[in-house]
Amino acid sequence: MLKKQGLYLPEFEHDNCGAGFICSLTGKRSNDIIHKALEILVKLEHRGAVSSDGVTGDGAGILIDIPHKFFKIFCEFELPEAGDYAVSNVFLPRKENQRSYCVEVFETEIKKQGLQILGWRDVPVNSEVLGQIAKTTEPYVKQVFISKSDSKQSEFDFNIKLFAARKIAEHTIYGSKLSESKFFYLPSLSTKIIIFKGLLKPEHINEYYLDLFNSALDTRLALVHQRFSTNTFPTWDLAQPFRYICHNGEINTLRGNVSRMFSREEIIKSEAFGEDIKKIIPTIIKGKSDSATLDMVVELLLMTGRSLPEVMMMLVPEAWEKNPDMSDSKKAFYEYNSCQMEPWDGPASIPFTDGNFIGAVLDRNGLRPSRYTVTKDGNVIMSSETGVVDIKPEEVEFHGRLEPGKMFLVDMNEGRIINDEEIKEKIAAKKPYREWLDENLVKLKDISAKKGPIEHSEVDLKKREVAFGYTKEDLNTIIRPMAQLGKEPIGSMGSDTPIAVLSERPQLIYNYFKQIFAQVTNPPLDGIREELITDISLTLGSDTNIFDCNSEACKKLKIQNPVISKHDLDKIRNYDTNPNFKVESISMLYKVNRGLNELEIALEALVSKASKAIDAGANIIILSDRFVDENHAPIPALLACSYVNHALHKLNKRSRTSLIIESAEPREVHHFALLFGYGASAVNPYIVNEIVENQIKESEISDLDYLTAIKNYNKAVGKGILKVMNKIGISTLNSYRGSQLFECVGINTNTVEKYFPNTPTRIQGIGLREIEKEILKRHKKAFNPNIESEIEIGGEYRWRRGQEKHMFNPLTVAKLQESVRTNKASTFKEYSDLVNDQSTRLMTIRGLFEFDQFDPISIDEVEPWTEIVKRFKTGAMSYGSISKEAHENLAVAMNRIGGKSNSGEGGEDEERFYKNAQGDWRNSAIKQVASGRFGVTSNYLTSANEIQIKIAQGAKPGEGGQLPGPKVNAEIAKTRNSTPYVGLISPPPHHDIYSIEDLSQLIYDVKSANRAARINVKLVSEIGVGTVAAGVAKAKADVILISGFDGGTGASPLTSLKHCGLPWELGVAEAQQTLVMNNLRNRIVLECDGQLKTGRDVAIACLLGAEEFGFATAPLVASGCIMMRVCHLNTCPVGIATQNPELRKKFKGKPEHVVNYMYFVAQELREIMAQLGFKTVNEMVGQVQKLNRNKAIEHYKASGIDLTPILHKVEVLEDVKLFNTETQDHNLDVHLDFKIIKQAHQGIFRRQRTYLKLPITNIDRAVGAVLSNEISKIYGADGLPEDTINIDFNGSAGQSFGAFTTKGVSMTVHGNTNDYLGKGLSGAKLIIKVPESCTIIPEDNIITGNVTLYGATSGEVYINGKAGERFCVRNSGAKAVVEGIGDHGCEYMTGGVAVILGKVGRNFGAGMSGGVAYVLDEDQAFTKNCNGDDLNIDPVKLEEDKTQLRSLIESHFVATSSPLAKRILENWSATLPKFKKVLPEEYRQALLRLEKEQLETV
Amino acid sequence: MGKTTGFLEFKRQDETYQTPKDRIKNYEEFTIPLKESKLKDQGARCMDCGIPFCHSGCPLGNLIPDFNDKVYQGKWKEAAEILHSTNNFPEFTGRLCPAPCEEACVLGINEDPVSIENIEKNIVETAFTEGWIIAKPPKVRTDKTVAVIGSGPAGLAAAQQLNRAGHTVTVFERDKKVGGLLRYGIPDFKMEKNVIDRRVNVLIKEGIVFKTNVHVGKNVDANQLKSEFDAVVLCGGATVRRNIPIPGADLKGVHQAMDFLKLNNQYVDGLVDFNDILSAKDKNVIVIGGGDTGSDCIGTSNRHGANSVTNFEILSKPSEGRPANQPWPYWPMKLKTTSSHQEGVERFFSVSTKEFIGDAKGQLKALKTVEVEWIFKKGERPDLKEVPGSEKTWDCDLVLLALGFTGAEKTLADQFGLDMDFRTNIKATTKDYITNVPGIFAAGDIRRGQSLIVWAISEGRQAAHHVDSYLMGSSSLPLKDDSDLPRV
Repeated sequence: MLKKQGLYLPEFEHDNCGAGFICSLTGKRSNDIIHKALEILVKLEHRGAVSSDGVTGDGAGILIDIPHKFFKIFCEFELPEAGDYAVSNVFLPRKENQRSYCVEVFETEIKKQGLQILGWRDVPVNSEVLGQIAKTTEPYVKQVFISKSDSKQSEFDFNIKLFAARKIAEHTIYGSKLSESKFFYLPSLSTKIIIFKGLLKPEHINEYYLDLFNSALDTRLALVHQRFSTNTFPTWDLAQPFRYICHNGEINTLRGNVSRMFSREEIIKSEAFGEDIKKIIPTIIKGKSDSATLDMVVELLLMTGRSLPEVMMMLVPEAWEKNPDMSDSKKAFYEYNSCQMEPWDGPASIPFTDGNFIGAVLDRNGLRPSRYTVTKDGNVIMSSETGVVDIKPEEVEFHGRLEPGKMFLVDMNEGRIINDEEIKEKIAAKKPYREWLDENLVKLKDISAKKGPIEHSEVDLKKREVAFGYTKEDLNTIIRPMAQLGKEPIGSMGSDTPIAVLSERPQLIYNYFKQIFAQVTNPPLDGIREELITDISLTLGSDTNIFDCNSEACKKLKIQNPVISKHDLDKIRNYDTNPNFKVESISMLYKVNRGLNELEIALEALVSKASKAIDAGANIIILSDRFVDENHAPIPALLACSYVNHALHKLNKRSRTSLIIESAEPREVHHFALLFGYGASAVNPYIVNEIVENQIKESEISDLDYLTAIKNYNKAVGKGILKVMNKIGISTLNSYRGSQLFECVGINTNTVEKYFPNTPTRIQGIGLREIEKEILKRHKKAFNPNIESEIEIGGEYRWRRGQEKHMFNPLTVAKLQESVRTNKASTFKEYSDLVNDQSTRLMTIRGLFEFDQFDPISIDEVEPWTEIVKRFKTGAMSYGSISKEAHENLAVAMNRIGGKSNSGEGGEDEERFYKNAQGDWRNSAIKQVASGRFGVTSNYLTSANEIQIKIAQGAKPGEGGQLPGPKVNAEIAKTRNSTPYVGLISPPPHHDIYSIEDLSQLIYDVKSANRAARINVKLVSEIGVGTVAAGVAKAKADVILISGFDGGTGASPLTSLKHCGLPWELGVAEAQQTLVMNNLRNRIVLECDGQLKTGRDVAIACLLGAEEFGFATAPLVASGCIMMRVCHLNTCPVGIATQNPELRKKFKGKPEHVVNYMYFVAQELREIMAQLGFKTVNEMVGQVQKLNRNKAIEHYKASGIDLTPILHKVEVLEDVKLFNTETQDHNLDVHLDFKIIKQAHQGIFRRQRTYLKLPITNIDRAVGAVLSNEISKIYGADGLPEDTINIDFNGSAGQSFGAFTTKGVSMTVHGNTNDYLGKGLSGAKLIIKVPESCTIIPEDNIITGNVTLYGATSGEVYINGKAGERFCVRNSGAKAVVEGIGDHGCEYMTGGVAVILGKVGRNFGAGMSGGVAYVLDEDQAFTKNCNGDDLNIDPVKLEEDKTQLRSLIESHFVATSSPLAKRILENWSATLPKFKKVLPEEYRQALLRLEKEQLETV
Repeated sequence: MGKTTGFLEFKRQDETYQTPKDRIKNYEEFTIPLKESKLKDQGARCMDCGIPFCHSGCPLGNLIPDFNDKVYQGKWKEAAEILHSTNNFPEFTGRLCPAPCEEACVLGINEDPVSIENIEKNIVETAFTEGWIIAKPPKVRTDKTVAVIGSGPAGLAAAQQLNRAGHTVTVFERDKKVGGLLRYGIPDFKMEKNVIDRRVNVLIKEGIVFKTNVHVGKNVDANQLKSEFDAVVLCGGATVRRNIPIPGADLKGVHQAMDFLKLNNQYVDGLVDFNDILSAKDKNVIVIGGGDTGSDCIGTSNRHGANSVTNFEILSKPSEGRPANQPWPYWPMKLKTTSSHQEGVERFFSVSTKEFIGDAKGQLKALKTVEVEWIFKKGERPDLKEVPGSEKTWDCDLVLLALGFTGAEKTLADQFGLDMDFRTNIKATTKDYITNVPGIFAAGDIRRGQSLIVWAISEGRQAAHHVDSYLMGSSSLPLKDDSDLPRV
């Protein structure tokens, strides 16, 4: 693995993959299974990735039954009966001396456990097939054979001994200082199975492990896996499968899980292991992947005697909390286990096996695809995709899929599939969980309270507000709206205030932490529309031994929303009637007047008090900062919370208590998120309680009583925390607690290591002393005897004089506007000096730099500005977020100078694709594809020079957006292919990108839709963005954009605007370093944006590694924007961010203004280039040695900052390039569409009806996209006349079948299809039917995968079977008929028609604002599966509806010969009443309004 | 905050005036306040900008959106608190400030700006009426003493701030009553003098000592002061008047505007008789100088019952609207028509006075002018050229010279041994307001040259912070930042 260097931290590597298994239900062993399994891998190869050497895969492997017969033949020693011995491949050091040491240690431990080494066998391998990178890490592979101590030893006991020996050997060897100790690794050590894996491409597994070629090798089952890792130096041991599981996805909660595991081990005890247990822990070996870690925990839990399915239920529980349909016994099982184990949460399809069972579980939200097929001859094949093993249609018994939170299990010994319900009920019935819970688990609401009014005993609120740094903004912008409305406050535009460490105002310690969010490697979640998978309850009290399963574990206090009121806290504090709970309060105050260092001493005292309290039996500790006065200042609650949390870990006492924080500090969501993230189990923001009470008294809050207002506030915070968790893809607070998903910016390593261990901090900064100074500054101000302590305004969210500084302020805005309007260079210079000179007013990290190593040349030698501006782009702002005038102004300006404007996520009117008579062109060169997919059609994509996939947005990474109905006027609705007045939601995730291999797929899809366009992937700066960028480069993006956290937005929760994401300086530098390190930099273009304002900004971005540059706020300001920050209110007084026709008239911007701005920036850049000696931008990219820290800057906080990690230049071989020199190979030449295009010439060019017949397999992806691109080029959005090109395919179609396929194309698949069917469908007709020779009952079988018709705008789809999750997600115009669907159907749908002739999963219609669905509700279960009150669910009554429904079913029958359709049509009058029509209320209102408007115009 | 759509719903509305006919009958203020509901609407027009440019337009950095919002909500007391947090004397600025904030108002880009100044005035007047403005003496006194020399707006502001910090402050005023130019330069019809008195009474109750008729450097030795006090703040103003060096300037009937206004103010105050003032009654009055002082002379002359009032300005006539080279949000030089102008005057621009002509008794009877032309060349100071053949003679009995001030008097500089700059201001920078002599500070016009009241208050406040720092090592007194909009 690469070492930490510069900004690169190896722990931020991610992986995702393809996985699958095959097994024989009949228990028949065969050699064929191995070959079929390997075939699965080869067919999934597009889901993996290859390193820069072009050969080394990210790792692949296969798990099979122990081939006893084979070993009998090939072992030179005697083997006992199968099952009486264990075997494993063993990875060993390459050096013989070290190898023999490892062997010796291992053998010793085996013998200590009373087991016997039968012998060792050299494994024949062929290293020739390895790539360069794999070769350098290739271990020496041997096999070890171990027998039981005696034949009577039970299998369980044998396993325990094997586990103990292996674990202790691992700890001994890894603890040694051997240079090759890390080579030692046992992929498995089992009596049942053996694993062959390595840094291999799938097709090389059996070429490397020569045993696998041997026909004597046989097995009943085979589990295979291949990895797509973001890094390029993966290691052999991290290839999968692991010992019990393999994993496709990502465990987002890993850090919390790991630290909770460590604390569990404080009290771990086991009879089976006895004293050995102490040598086995820590269970988790640090520095391994999430999947490897999960496997280690699975293994430990198996040793407790739990079965493998039970362990999987415990670790990856389904979403039980809000499921009314779940049986009580199962719920009790889950609730009980939630007291012992938090969910390991994240997108995860986890195939598992112990040789007796083979199966798989899917995460609670169903974010990974898992399809299976049972054949008539008794084989079960499960994999990420269908069609990976050739099976004749007539051999198919059943096609199924793994459903969210569900388990698919094959009992190899019984030879049958056990369904989810059966296995789980059986496990849940094993213990009296419900009884235990009823007797022991206490709910907060059930604790009685003292009667009487709420009293606040402290005096002088104002003084305390000042002491805790409250501002009027906190009171009015943050707290009041939350208490009044129960919602988080919204703001707009970007953040342009200094990061905390550069601010001159005392900052709360929270502001030094930035939230980490999901991008690419896992999806953020939508906790609003998919609320049923979320939960924020926590349980408080002592943890219990994980080896026990008894009533002790649930002696806990459960709090539904752990943001609690003073009232609630009093209840807990005074809860003395239950002996299971002992509550102790500890003060977080310290004496101020003894001088500095008092804080440090106080923190130590705090820990020792907590420790003593635990010794005295306290299992709930309240840390309180009440009673601040002139002599006592508060320890920052976060510091106290985190330190106590970690110190108790160190004292091995953490599991014995829970922490409650009673503090005046936390006020905004970010604060609470941090407190929970660093170990708190409940928080009472008592001063907020008082402030709200005050605001009610002052009538600032209206029509609410105190308790309701507090409840609102707590609810808003709860929702906000959920959103913060969702951003990183976590759905339960139980797994978020203690997970520390933050990066620290501006606190030095010493302080972080001590008080916030395991939190990354990369540029150093302040320490405890400066923190103390900031506390004292506030404290002094609060308790100044004369100057009445005034609460400051703040100025964080809106500029206020004398308050927090902003880059854009009256002076800079005035000078910029003046300069572009008068085209006066000297005025621009004044502007850029104001921005650039931060020697006295620190604002940004780049402000701390100065240029160095001058080597001046004449400015005439520098490439002209006209060349430079071609690298300039304007930001992605949709038409909708800004006005038509402002949007087109930017486009015209950028087209004039050969730069690029960006459509944003809002589609674009086709008429803009053509130049006007004056030669001006309103076409946006960059077309954005974001999660809402508004107006993303074949024609739209065809009109692009560059297609940008927005993964995240600087202002609100990990979050979606919403354009409220009233803003969607007719014009906007047209460009977005939606209905006027119907609100449009952009979900937090792209529902076709839950992992890196999905992104790779989307890149392939859009590249297919326009081969001439560059594909740009927009990321936001955060820790680990470098490795993500490497993954994205491997996923074949052409351009990677790194956005700063400070980019703008039309609307975002304030907490995201300020606290999520990092400055681009860190992101660009990290991306550059990582890409160069992996020799991937030459393949991609690196772009940077985020409050770029001047030529100096551009120069620094360039020196750090960027070669293209985006500007958004500044060109808007040049166009007249005055930073009102009311974009979300539609009241922009200068006509930019508004759709109000009166206000739009006030837009006075001209293309010249934007052109002038770009010119000025380019000129300033040229001056710097001349000074530094660069003739071209390419020469300048990544030349960080030309930057230095400006030594003139002296500031008590900033002086601790260390910029060297940013300025780190990776040492590489000379031929490794620092900038883009070549284009990506997208492998499009083998796209199936080229065959079609060749054969459909007459159809395309002459519009003659054409009929084709072709085979298809799962590796044929995005079929139809290239063809449609060609059609769009000729015919625009009109496409071809209906049914011009007709194609019949036989087989299993790959992902994204019919993506962006346009009008006039009709495609039929006889077989089945994978995920993303009809993605962005643009008018084509798609038919998926069961082949005639196949005997399955279509409506019972899965025939297409997840996320069908995502963002489809028009067309028809007929599906002769069931579809998976998220059917018709964000459909806005296509009509579809299907025979059953999974969860989250018609999510975010805004238009079109969905006809569902069968069962519907949970959460139907979440966020559905338009379109109509007709559902055949045979068993009256539909309504309870619907989401929300915003849907009208009625019988089909209107004649026109009846006609529409019938004709669609008729078409379905004609297209697919569906027996179900036939039955329905034959019994039409009897069936019709069973149909329900789903009409979103918003849509109904919009239709009424449109009807009314039409009448008025007539 | 505020009403999101207020600016779309309400038009600007200012307070109105009594008719000129009525108002020139006396020296009282003649504005007719808006009703409270109307004022709330005006407050609602404020857009709560992301960047309130008005803050930067206002030399005090008034928190304009914040008090506008409170007015919109009808929370006048809180509005008054916000207003007073940056401005010691909003009743002065609310009447007299030319309101650069309104020129910088974002709404002013394409609509009439928010009537900020009028809102300000109403807030403070409401506060006085309701009795919310009371003395708040410091709880703890330091052992430091400060002398403030001059009781104009700069001196009063510095005194109040320093007193708040707990220092013992004495203000020295050479005139009979405190107020400086506020009292003697501003006519009552613009600001009645009880407005000063009611504020000064608060200051006295807060513990500030006022010593009038003390002319430091004349009847009190500066060095004595220096030794008695821990710090001295000079706020004596820029009182040296500009003269007009042409023939006849010493004729009877040619007077400095300041003499004219001061006497009249003393008369209105009942300190002198009408006979002792420079009366314009029945006279043909020519006011030379087109600024605010000139305007005050016009208003006063009309109240005296002048026969005619004529006004000359040497600069060319400014445009009615905002000139292109002085875009929003900068302060524009545009034609200003004051209430005094409305009361009757003939205004002439590009007029240069060449000579005063007197009769045998040395009494002014006419003056001679010539039209001038301004030549602008890039990078050079504009050049003045007389238009040949444009000479003209004007009959007149009284000429009032309202030509501005050239700087500070030398007395204090000499006595304290202070450096002066080339414009004859006391030398001190806005970094710390300290002069070359430790412990001696300068603020207001005495330091920056003649300027606006709002600048005087601002400097007094800023200087107080630095004085406090000087005395105590650090200061909790508020300080505005340096984001004032520049002049273009």
